[in-house]
Amino acid sequence: MAPITPAYTPATLPDAETLYGNLLSAVRHIIQSLPTGLVHLVGIHSGGAWLAQRLHKDLGLAQPMGTLDISFYRDDFDKIGLHAQVMPSEISFPVADKHLILVDDVLYTGRTIRAAMNELFDYGRPASIRLAVLVDRGGRELPIAAVAVGGYVEPAPAASFVLSQTDTGAFVLNIETKEH
Amino acid sequence: MRNPQLNRHGELTHLITTEGLPRDILTHILDTAQTFVPLADRDVKKVPLLRGKSVFNLFFENSTRTRTTFEIAAKRLSADVFNLNINVSSAAKGETLLDTIANLSAMQADLFVVRHEASGAPYLIAQHVAPHVHVVNAGDGRHAHPTQGLLDMYTIRHFKKDFANLTVAVVGDILHSRVARSNIHALTTLGVAEVRAVGPLTLLPSGLDQMGVRVFTDMKEGIKGADVIIMLRLQNERMGGALLPSAHEYFKHYGLTEEKLALAKSDCIVMHPGPMNRGVEIDSAVADGPHSVILNQVTFGIAVRMAVMSIVAGASA
Repeated sequence: MAPITPAYTPATLPDAETLYGNLLSAVRHIIQSLPTGLVHLVGIHSGGAWLAQRLHKDLGLAQPMGTLDISFYRDDFDKIGLHAQVMPSEISFPVADKHLILVDDVLYTGRTIRAAMNELFDYGRPASIRLAVLVDRGGRELPIAAVAVGGYVEPAPAASFVLSQTDTGAFVLNIETKEH
Repeated sequence: MRNPQLNRHGELTHLITTEGLPRDILTHILDTAQTFVPLADRDVKKVPLLRGKSVFNLFFENSTRTRTTFEIAAKRLSADVFNLNINVSSAAKGETLLDTIANLSAMQADLFVVRHEASGAPYLIAQHVAPHVHVVNAGDGRHAHPTQGLLDMYTIRHFKKDFANLTVAVVGDILHSRVARSNIHALTTLGVAEVRAVGPLTLLPSGLDQMGVRVFTDMKEGIKGADVIIMLRLQNERMGGALLPSAHEYFKHYGLTEEKLALAKSDCIVMHPGPMNRGVEIDSAVADGPHSVILNQVTFGIAVRMAVMSIVAGASA
């Protein structure tokens, strides 16, 4: 029998700002253990890039951050093609020998993270890559784990989280269920 | 009738011509190209998008720049590229075009890049390939050269940001030019305020005004106030016949010199699809001068061809 998954409503979903607070302290803790000046945040478009931008500001990091659009590295190109609007990846610093913290909004199958790591290695050979996510929703299909997590929430498989940002920069998490 | 370049989902599955392509598809190609431009600054200049795919460059007509930039583009997408100079192989032995394609399809080709001296050859091939095989026109007869048209649009957008308020003059042998045709269709679809065709009456096709183009036979009038000047190559074989008296005479009236360029806007860009005939359609001082963006066109051409190949290859079968 399939496990019963809770049906989230906007009222029962965890508050995105609380999740962000957890993520911020987890990332701060990780950075303290890494050599100063060699740490860069890299956000995955779009949600991860917003998160990385806010983390970068709230942590007062001096090193520039980067953004990645993994569209050209997806493993399902043959199925879905190139429809969505692709954003340029922007990694303005040399990644060789740097400690990178990859930031995304939702960790699910792990395929996006694999694609992002493949892309990062095309910029050079980093010293290390760590993963920070706002939400870990389980359902992994690859051996990938986050070291900084805002919260664990496991919705129904057909549901997807949608992160948005208000004019003041606050995060809002919603859930959408795809029609099949 | 459905546009033969689009599949039943409305996705671009072949690129044969810019004529009749919706504005959102043109814009999608330009936006995608823009994301490929920064690759040139990376350690590894490749993305794995077309990994495992076979791209066949079929050049039934000579070309260096176009074939090379298509090859670089396909390789930067991680495709396997095969270059075939058909004019020295099977076609010379009498094989028909469709037999050549059937044989290459049997070698598991995924994408054909086709240049042919006959207008319509890429369209004919597109009609006969399997649904998962894609065709990109790299220039057919006098008909179309859509990737050149698109890289010209990319270059204009790069330097001018927006198409809406521009005056663009296309100058030279419009009649025989597939580049001019592809440019005019793309410029009008993208909403350029004024498209001008400038050339001697013998080299201007009829019906330009129905395409929304202003026609000029006086070059000085034609480039006055222009934001963009696209010079066309004067093909040597047109010279000396009934159409034109001499290269010298042509240069005098239609060659772009600094003196004539002064009539255009002060920030006007000068483009040319290459190869250039210096001293025939363009003066060296202009070709190498501050308004020239001719070498930028070549660089952008790689990103635009990457965008086109990855978009058609991603269309569902």
